[in-house]
Amino acid sequence: MEKYQDSRDSGQGQSVSTTIFVASYEDVIVARQKVRELMNEMKFSLLDQTRVVTAVSELSRNIIVHAGKGEMTIIKYDESGRRGFRCIFEDKGPGIADIDLAMREGYSTTNSLGLGLSGSKKLCKNFSIQSTRGKGTRIEIAEWK
Amino acid sequence: MVDIPILMIGKNVVVPIQTELNDIGAKKMQEDVLYKIEKTTASGLVIDVSAVSIIDSFLGRILVDTSKMAKLMGTESVIVGMKKEVVLTLIQLGLRMENLNTALNLEDGLNLLRKLQETLHGKISG
Ligand SMILES: Nc1ncnc2c1ncn2[C@@H]1O[C@H](COP(=O)(O)OP(=O)(O)OP(=O)(O)O)[C@@H](O)[C@H]1O
Ligand SMILES: [Mg+2]
Repeated sequence: MEKYQDSRDSGQGQSVSTTIFVASYEDVIVARQKVRELMNEMKFSLLDQTRVVTAVSELSRNIIVHAGKGEMTIIKYDESGRRGFRCIFEDKGPGIADIDLAMREGYSTTNSLGLGLSGSKKLCKNFSIQSTRGKGTRIEIAEWK
Repeated sequence: MVDIPILMIGKNVVVPIQTELNDIGAKKMQEDVLYKIEKTTASGLVIDVSAVSIIDSFLGRILVDTSKMAKLMGTESVIVGMKKEVVLTLIQLGLRMENLNTALNLEDGLNLLRKLQETLHGKISG
């Protein structure tokens, strides 16, 4: 399921956002496809696409595995001379008690590889994470040309 | 969900992954492959990922584990056709895949399997 929004950013040019719900493993594939389509349309290189779509796969899977459900919002922006987009992964799951620990390569509370967060940070140009225990998690990645 | 075709070329099991697999599909592929190896007493396994546009930590782990499990069943395996973008991304992600046999394409993969099997048989008879 999707919802589209068109909005104008304080006269700074157009930004368009798309939100998709992430609640099943099939939604992870949809999230990947959406970001790939956008990057293709914006003429990012194949390596850029592979790198970012891999991170999208990790972060949307984390929503399913660790929070059950959530959503991904893609915000495309085209401001004077700067073209890029942000992806926001948001859930109202259990949150992360110790973010530094969770960001460490190899750390996993589910006996997995613990590569999702540390790897996504390495793969994306910009990566930021906020999480509150009992409230949820919000991760934002950004790419630009 | 589409089933991944599992083919036999000679005594080798060949698995061309042609669709974007979700995690459940990837798990099922692993089970189906191991079942096929057991049923056919195959001597080799080739997984062709040339049509796969990304390999993330989950699919990467499935490939590594499937290969290890096949080995425990006495079957050598080779992953073929990994795209250069996928390889670069996997390395950056931090997935360790150094124990995996790889080849450029199906033909090279089958050749590599033959060599691996010869060395193995050489060891046993010699
Ligand atoms: N959206 C989330 N909500 C709550 N906890 C999370 C979330 N994302 C990650 N975590 C926590 O951070 C840890 C590290 O995440 P990361 O993705 O790096 O590893 P993993 O998911 O455990 O394993 P992998 O991604 O390698 O299969 C997780 O084990 C989990 O405890
Ligand atoms: Mg993860």
